[in-house]
Amino acid sequence: MSTLRSRSVEMTPAALPTLVRSVWPLLVGVGVALALQFFAKPVIGDFYAKVLLDIGTSIILAVSLTMVNGFTGQFSIGHAAFMMVGGYVSGGIVYYGSLLAWGSADMAGGALSSMIDGREAPFLTWGDALFAGSLVAGGLVAAVCGYVVGLPSLRLKGDYLAIVTLGFGEIVRVLIQSQTSDVLYTVEEVKETAWYLMPTKVGGALGFSGLPFYSSLFWVFLGVAVTLLVAYRLKDSATGRAFLSIREDEIASEAMGVNTTQFKVRAFVIAAFFAGVAGGLFAHSIGVQLNPGELGFLKSFDIIIMVVLGGLGSISGAAIAAAIVTILPELLRNPEPLLKMWPVLAGLAAVLLVAAVVCAMTGRRARSLVAWMCIVLTLLGLGFGARAAAAAGHNLGDYRMILFALALILMMILRPQGLFGVREVWDRSLWKGIADSFRAPPKKGGTNK
Amino acid sequence: MEKFLQTLIDALAVGSLYALIALGYTMVYGILKFINFAHSDVFVLGAWTSFLVAVAAGWGDPQASAGAGREWVAWVLWAATIAAAVIAAFEYAAWKRRHPTDAFSLNRTRLAGSLVLVAAWGWAALGLAKMAGVVKAWGDNGLFSGLLILLCAMATCGLVGFVLERLAYKPLRKAPRLNVLITAIGVSLLLQNLGQLQAMFGTRPQRMPTLLPTDAPLATIANVKIMPVDVIGAATAVALMFLLDFLVHRTKFGRSMRAVSFNPTTASLMGIPVDRVISVTFVIGASLAAAAGFLYGQKYPGLNQTAAAVWVLLGLKAFVAAVVGGIGNIRGAMLGGVLIGLLEFFGAAYVSAAMRDVYVFSLLIVVLLVRPSGILGRPMVEKV
Repeated sequence: MSTLRSRSVEMTPAALPTLVRSVWPLLVGVGVALALQFFAKPVIGDFYAKVLLDIGTSIILAVSLTMVNGFTGQFSIGHAAFMMVGGYVSGGIVYYGSLLAWGSADMAGGALSSMIDGREAPFLTWGDALFAGSLVAGGLVAAVCGYVVGLPSLRLKGDYLAIVTLGFGEIVRVLIQSQTSDVLYTVEEVKETAWYLMPTKVGGALGFSGLPFYSSLFWVFLGVAVTLLVAYRLKDSATGRAFLSIREDEIASEAMGVNTTQFKVRAFVIAAFFAGVAGGLFAHSIGVQLNPGELGFLKSFDIIIMVVLGGLGSISGAAIAAAIVTILPELLRNPEPLLKMWPVLAGLAAVLLVAAVVCAMTGRRARSLVAWMCIVLTLLGLGFGARAAAAAGHNLGDYRMILFALALILMMILRPQGLFGVREVWDRSLWKGIADSFRAPPKKGGTNK
Repeated sequence: MEKFLQTLIDALAVGSLYALIALGYTMVYGILKFINFAHSDVFVLGAWTSFLVAVAAGWGDPQASAGAGREWVAWVLWAATIAAAVIAAFEYAAWKRRHPTDAFSLNRTRLAGSLVLVAAWGWAALGLAKMAGVVKAWGDNGLFSGLLILLCAMATCGLVGFVLERLAYKPLRKAPRLNVLITAIGVSLLLQNLGQLQAMFGTRPQRMPTLLPTDAPLATIANVKIMPVDVIGAATAVALMFLLDFLVHRTKFGRSMRAVSFNPTTASLMGIPVDRVISVTFVIGASLAAAAGFLYGQKYPGLNQTAAAVWVLLGLKAFVAAVVGGIGNIRGAMLGGVLIGLLEFFGAAYVSAAMRDVYVFSLLIVVLLVRPSGILGRPMVEKV
């Protein structure tokens, strides 16, 4: 007769296979990041490497916001504030840390952190370690902020969280902007300043200038891999199930014994951590000067647009939407690649248009199809617009926000669940649903024989 | 003492404007239970519209006439008028074929009816703008044409509020609240960025022509000048609030508004036209915000571009006022507006001017912690 205890020991899986199963995605992620850094970057060139870098940061932000807005069904619109907190903490640690350690705030990283080709450097240095540590520190401080903000506001129901996060974002921005002292430039100045005054020496409204550019494709895509992995594992864990139950019905999940406030705060803290890491990566990106004005609520709205377009609750959807939303302005600024794709887009749109007309005429379900067609038509419109604007000498990037706003409104009216809904790209049911929209609807009233 | 009085006057003048904006938030929240994020942009639109009308009427510096070349407004109105006429003809013909003996009524032509309403409304607003120009040419001291500009801005923004509600929010009447909230954010972004287009207001900051004298104070108490703009602004705001309070609490329409806010389904069973009540609520909220925009422009004549953080923050503070007073409660919004004005201005004058926004949002967090339903709001019980 086996006791419950011995049964549970028997049922525990062996350690080694479990370890392998849980670690291999991370190893793949590290491999991809290394490959991007050492093989892809020389091939695609500086400009596209920078675009890829931005995409990576956006993916981390969008996926982390998905944990709050998508999984838990809360609505946070102050995500950029956590990014700002993480960015300033990480930037301060790296800048002043390297000032104290090496006497200058220049880049002291190895080949792993380099975005410049042909730079002679060892593979990994202490500078890299400092940078990686600062990212984690920035994330942790952001997570603490998330706890402090989330605990009072998540007790409340409804839209109040939205307001409080918005207010929090403004408070952080104003606090940083109102600092009047400059960034310190020499070791002597740093040593003369009292340690508790250091957080004020971040440049105020002018921005934190002089941060070394540590963010490379490796670090950013390592962050992406970790974020995706955590998000995906979280979704299927007990905690994640609790998140989803809160999204579906808060009262019912409370009745089932889920401590809703605690789980909401948990989601909020995890999301804030990753936003802080993304902020650290953003702060050290090439061509970026950390500036409180840049990370206001417009940045938060950008992240929300990514999450909503991708589908509230879909990790892969958020990642894809983040990539699209980041590439689009670049394409609009320089529409050459879009113009080359023009015949493909036109053909696709024509096919979908004919299919939709046929569906509508034969009385088939075409609602989902119409929504997808709207997306294609938007792309098509962008193509047309890009052609016209390039001919007239306008920069279409100026109209980016108008297009996004329209897309957001139309999306909410036509396909409120976003591109992918709560499903992932690889879910068969997603594609089946889309395929079903082409087929005839089930006959009405014919089911109960 | 001087500083105290000056701060008090500023706080009351701006606080009453916050209250006007907060009313729009609170009315929409009371009825539809969602935060209309686009409301602060309607406020900005009101400020810019009144600027364009004032410049077109001949006030301000004629060199800075950013108001010229907006003929597309008239073209849109003509298009709406003609489309309304064509659609009305078709709709009426179709209806007449089915009911050959009934008499004509506008109710038979629903789409055309809305379009006719929109067109007529737009022409009325344009007429008000023209009248402001005529009155200015007669040699007006600013009061009467100011009133006309105010009415024109209110009419324009009311129209915009009506159209926004019909196009963006009405299709989502039965959708989850999160979707409506996201749509509201989308509408807000759309208005902000449309306003930046060169065909609209452009990205250059402008200066609102001041219609009231700035060098002749009404009275001087202990070296503090009481300016006509403060008095007239606050008086207009208070008058509008009394009007609204009368409308909501003393008229038949106000009763139906309160009924819809209490329970839309039951209200519609009692024969209240819910859609119409919601439309009118949006129109009233938007026109109050437009009035606040005009009055704010008179007090602080610098107009920023429509997406400027300053504008959006003003709207957010008004929202905080609505929450502090108790969202969904009209008198609470008025109280909250004045409280926020006092807090902001006294904090800025006596503690630190750079932190003025921090006080407001900290108050929000404190209120949400201590009394989430606001000062005058009643705590809500959630039922399954």
